[in-house]
Amino acid sequence: MTVMRTRQAVIQALSDEMESDPTVFLMGEDIGSGGPFKATEGLIEKFGDTRVIDTPISEMAFLGAGVGAAAMGMRPVVEMMFIEFIGVALDQLTTQGAFFRYLSRGAYQVPLTIRAAAGAGMGFGCQHSQILDQWFRGNAGISLVIPSSPQSMYGLLRSAIRSNDPVVILEHKGLYGERGDVITGEAGIIPIGQARTVTEGSDVTIVAIGSTVLTAKAALESQSEWSAEIIDLQTLIPWDKSAVMKSVAKTGRLVVIEESSYSGGWGAEICSEVVTKLWGQLKTPPHRITSPDAPIPYAQELEKRYLPSSDYVVSQINELLKTGKSPAAWWEGAK
Amino acid sequence: MVTSLTRRGQLNTEVGRLERMLEIRAVEESIQTLYNDGHVRGSTHLANGQEAVSVGIASVLRPTDVVTCTYRGHAAALALGVTPEGVLGEICGRVIGCSGGIGGSMHLMDASVGLMPTFAIVGAGLPVAAGVALAAKLKNNDSVALTIFGDGSTNIGAFHETLNMASIFKLPVIFVIENNLYGEYTRINLSTPISDLADRADSYAMRKEIVDGQDVDAIINAIQSAVDFARAGNGPSLIEAKTYRYSGHSRSDPATYRTPGELDEWKKRDPLDIAANKLILKGELSEVDLEKMKSDIADRVAEAIKTVLASDGPELSTLMQHVSAKG
Ligand SMILES: Cc1ncc(C[n+]2csc(CCOP(=O)(O)OP(=O)(O)O)c2C)c(N)n1
Ligand SMILES: [Mg+2]
Repeated sequence: MTVMRTRQAVIQALSDEMESDPTVFLMGEDIGSGGPFKATEGLIEKFGDTRVIDTPISEMAFLGAGVGAAAMGMRPVVEMMFIEFIGVALDQLTTQGAFFRYLSRGAYQVPLTIRAAAGAGMGFGCQHSQILDQWFRGNAGISLVIPSSPQSMYGLLRSAIRSNDPVVILEHKGLYGERGDVITGEAGIIPIGQARTVTEGSDVTIVAIGSTVLTAKAALESQSEWSAEIIDLQTLIPWDKSAVMKSVAKTGRLVVIEESSYSGGWGAEICSEVVTKLWGQLKTPPHRITSPDAPIPYAQELEKRYLPSSDYVVSQINELLKTGKSPAAWWEGAK
Repeated sequence: MVTSLTRRGQLNTEVGRLERMLEIRAVEESIQTLYNDGHVRGSTHLANGQEAVSVGIASVLRPTDVVTCTYRGHAAALALGVTPEGVLGEICGRVIGCSGGIGGSMHLMDASVGLMPTFAIVGAGLPVAAGVALAAKLKNNDSVALTIFGDGSTNIGAFHETLNMASIFKLPVIFVIENNLYGEYTRINLSTPISDLADRADSYAMRKEIVDGQDVDAIINAIQSAVDFARAGNGPSLIEAKTYRYSGHSRSDPATYRTPGELDEWKKRDPLDIAANKLILKGELSEVDLEKMKSDIADRVAEAIKTVLASDGPELSTLMQHVSAKG
């Protein structure tokens, strides 16, 4: 076990996969120099510029090249720097790579990993702060993982590279600097599709992913009125239904914390599934805590308000437990 | 009151243009301190070294023409007329910022002088500029659109798609490449197989010009001919301004990848010195005048910073405003 920062866990996972599998290579803008988050630092020195390939600013070309190379048996790890940049290249993943296995009746597969920094809280403004999980949901053929710690970054990234289908890994930029213990090697690998129970509890199940796992933990620790079972989904597509159902069947209450906007958020699917499967066993309505349906503001106080904070989570859960009703969101005002 | 429009008018004289370039330099150089003091978040992309391009462009365009620009937009905003309070206020997330504090350094705007909110996605401003030009054409007016972007942006699909379409539609749009030799940490020769990026116009049968980006008068001439050409209904131009950024790509970049001595070589052709020396040679400005001008500008920028720091952040309700037509 080693203590490292999340960005170092990225480097470690990439390095370990590159060492164990010669078909793994990296492509992206300025990855040779480590990129703006230093998440590929030192890899070009170690593996050379044939396996750590700096590209022109041509996302469509190099993401698509990742699809093609993957179809020929390579395992490309393509970096998008900020997840928004995939907007100029999306077709190559969502409409081409994702359907390749299906259209070729299994003759081709696309073991492609797409890494990108995502998420708000750092003052990067509305075009560099989104989490954008919604761009990949509802698109058959793609997996989506969002790590919440150095360990899950390490473990999920290695699984993503080993996956025989395209995997998008959203690396929260607020987590890159966080430190934690990391078990490296095979023992540190985390399967895609598996949630992790962060804390055991009996009053409420909190389902979270990425940055909201930290919000949930902070909320839980800041009060002593209720206990919570925090489930870190780790993978959003496909999400771990059995882990969620098992916990909610025990607690009878579900709260989902999402970083993204309310409308079309992933929590809606979790709530729907829970209501459908556990109808009659719920003590309170399932409740979603999300960001509002608005672009992400730059000014510090506004961006802070925009994201679900731990204080807000506590007040929402307090109200849910007290009233038995789903509390209004802050932006709904005095409605 | 000083408005963006009145400030735009100040570019009518050579002295006014020199003053504006000095102001841009002073604003850019003040940002690091503001950051160190905890007033700036996220990233900032400075344009010191590239002042002449923005000032040249703003001197030619009418305030009713529209500009789309990148995240490296402080200079363009100031040149087009935005006040130092407007730019620095936005960088510091204050309500007096030109976007009300919700945009930040990468999203400056001022509709009164034709500055659309600046674009933080590489290449994104080009198609929009084509659309602005298309609207002018459909409305039968003689406005033009102008889009500013970097050398690295010529490798993205939007550049090629837009040039082709603008050419075939004969749109009144001017494409301005600020070739500062680097896209982020990568030198242009490592990402692009040609060094004169204006040559890309040839594939689209488009008018092109290469211009000295450190000489504001050369910029003015190049932009003026492109604008005249566009207003006359002849279509787009691609202009490549050869320039250099003195700072790293963004705040976190110390620019260790530069060729040794390169920065010093470029500083010998500083756009501010070039403009000042011309005035001095003509006898229209003395060294003493120049020093006075610089210290006045330093005072004005210091004053602007005071105003910015005394200004509040935007109200929380701002967050949910202007999200859609409903409010
Ligand atoms: C689609 C997209 N890809 C990548 C980026 C990240 N990025 C921001 S600026 C930049 C370099 C752009 O270089 P250039 O066009 O030369 O402009 P300069 O910054 O030198 O003004 C890159 C790669 C982005 N913002 N958008
Ligand atoms: Mg450049």
